[in-house]
Amino acid sequence: MELLVASAIGILTAAGLYLVFRLRTFPVIIGISLLTYAVNIFLFASGRLTIGGAPILQKGVEGVIYSDPLPQALVLTAIVISFGMTAVVVMIALGAYLGGDDDGVNDPVEPAGEGDKP
Amino acid sequence: MSHWIILPVLLPALVAPFIVLAARYHIGIQRVFSVAGVVGLIVIAAGLAWQASDGTITLYQLGDWAAPFGIVLVGDRLSTLMVLLTAVLALMVLLYAIGSGWDDRGRHFHALFQFQLMGIMGAFLTGDLFNLFVFFEVLLIASYGLMIHSGGNVRLRAGVQYVLFNLIGSTLFLFALGSIYAETGTLNMADLAQRVMAIDPSETVGIRVAAVLLLLVFAIKAALVPLHFWLPSSYAEAPAPVAALFAIMTKVGAYAIIRVYTMIFPPDLEVTAGLQSDWLLVAALVSLAVGAAGVLAAGKLDRLVTFSVIGSMGMVMVTISLFTPESTAAALYYMVHSTFAAAALFLIVDMVKSSRADLRLVAMPSIAGAVLVSALFFTAAIAMAGLPPLSGFLGKLLVLQASFPTDAVAWVFGVVLISSLVNVVGFSRAGSIVFWKAKSVPREEGDVLLAPPSTLSYLAVGGLIGLLIMHTIFAGPIHSYMTTTSQQLYAPEPYISTVLETPGKLSKPKEGDH
Repeated sequence: MELLVASAIGILTAAGLYLVFRLRTFPVIIGISLLTYAVNIFLFASGRLTIGGAPILQKGVEGVIYSDPLPQALVLTAIVISFGMTAVVVMIALGAYLGGDDDGVNDPVEPAGEGDKP
Repeated sequence: MSHWIILPVLLPALVAPFIVLAARYHIGIQRVFSVAGVVGLIVIAAGLAWQASDGTITLYQLGDWAAPFGIVLVGDRLSTLMVLLTAVLALMVLLYAIGSGWDDRGRHFHALFQFQLMGIMGAFLTGDLFNLFVFFEVLLIASYGLMIHSGGNVRLRAGVQYVLFNLIGSTLFLFALGSIYAETGTLNMADLAQRVMAIDPSETVGIRVAAVLLLLVFAIKAALVPLHFWLPSSYAEAPAPVAALFAIMTKVGAYAIIRVYTMIFPPDLEVTAGLQSDWLLVAALVSLAVGAAGVLAAGKLDRLVTFSVIGSMGMVMVTISLFTPESTAAALYYMVHSTFAAAALFLIVDMVKSSRADLRLVAMPSIAGAVLVSALFFTAAIAMAGLPPLSGFLGKLLVLQASFPTDAVAWVFGVVLISSLVNVVGFSRAGSIVFWKAKSVPREEGDVLLAPPSTLSYLAVGGLIGLLIMHTIFAGPIHSYMTTTSQQLYAPEPYISTVLETPGKLSKPKEGDH
């Protein structure tokens, strides 16, 4: 299970980074989504991986398997935030693409009025 | 438990929805409430700073849950100082936004402005790392809206860059938090400080990775080279009042570095030894140099100011990375100065822009209200470049003095002095082209002189310059306050014990469930 989760995080991160380096808005946004999936699984795993454990510590019972509830709360927060942020960036990127007819992320090579020396 | 400390977060959080819901179509009412909210913030922030000035550490447990389980807000000297700085800056920026009419060029400026303040205040006050992440997101999402306020293709494009860069930064922040939680099992800063100290020196791989990741995240916020690439485009293209407010955002990164790397990973901690002196200092010195080079090379006035911001953040980070009580005091003094100076410069650039075709550094007919604007630019440039008599010079002296007993003295002296010289050259070149040479360019026939900036705009920029002058005149008392602040930072035991030992729900495990 550790191998599965770890490789999932690794593959998602690698794919996400590759897409981010494409420097065009659509691949970059997909790449960032993949990165946030990776980080969500990573956060989830930071409370140790358990199967079938309730997130409750019982008094007086030693050695019972339980899952850490805090990372689950953190992941929920992170999912909500990244979801909202992705929606925002899609809107802004769409506006920039429709307005400028270009979906590059970098500054244009020679924008109007910039870099012209007298 | 006093509830005052949560008000800097609550007040903007209440004013903003009120503005959106009730005053949506009335810019006048929006302005009144926005200004009233910020004035209220200044009063509260001053009260909190006064409360913290005798060294008291105010703790607020949300929902009355005890510290490592619940989220806490903590007000010590440093956080209340930053809160006060933010509130004062916000008032000046808001006045300029109203005076120049920027707030009326798009919708929801005031609501977003208040949400932005809420995020910044929360980031300064929180005592929990995950909560810091959440407040970072609050301030970022408001800043995305502000950044593209009033639209335009160039601005939208710069906005996309800004948002994407910060999204990646947030992801990195989550990776850092995950590894910290995996290593220590807590995210409360005071609790972390104790647990990191207890880590066995032979098993530090995870926590060292986490410390570096966290430093990278804060360095992105503080625009430290080589993570500064987001700053020039976004600050130059953002509406001027927004760019001026963003002057505090780079300081959020600097604040977080000071807080985390004095309390959780202090410089004498074996686990992360060398991180500050070997990496942070070098990056900061390079930032200082890159900033100066950018000031000299900039082809447009707004780019010049953005690079001077990178340079001044480099200066702040050089001082922070020395990590002695004296250097942190100097860093705090310089941080206040650089916030006001950068904000003033952004606003002045906007004054120039409002009656000039563009901001290229070529001679054009003189702008409206040239006399006053050029006087303001002259003063702000002196402050930013660090020439006597203004606080930039004093700040630089303090920085040099603080670096004197350390090993890095030669490097700090060399880079700081040379970059100051380059900054002076860059600013005087820009000033003489924009204001001086303008006299020799005749105005074309039929070219009407646009209206000069409004009185309120002058008042706002004048207020910032006035604050810089006050910062210079009262340098003695301010510096001694900064010294006590940094002493509090290097003796974090009262902070830790206040946070962890104040009783609340769950503070005794025996009490059982609720």
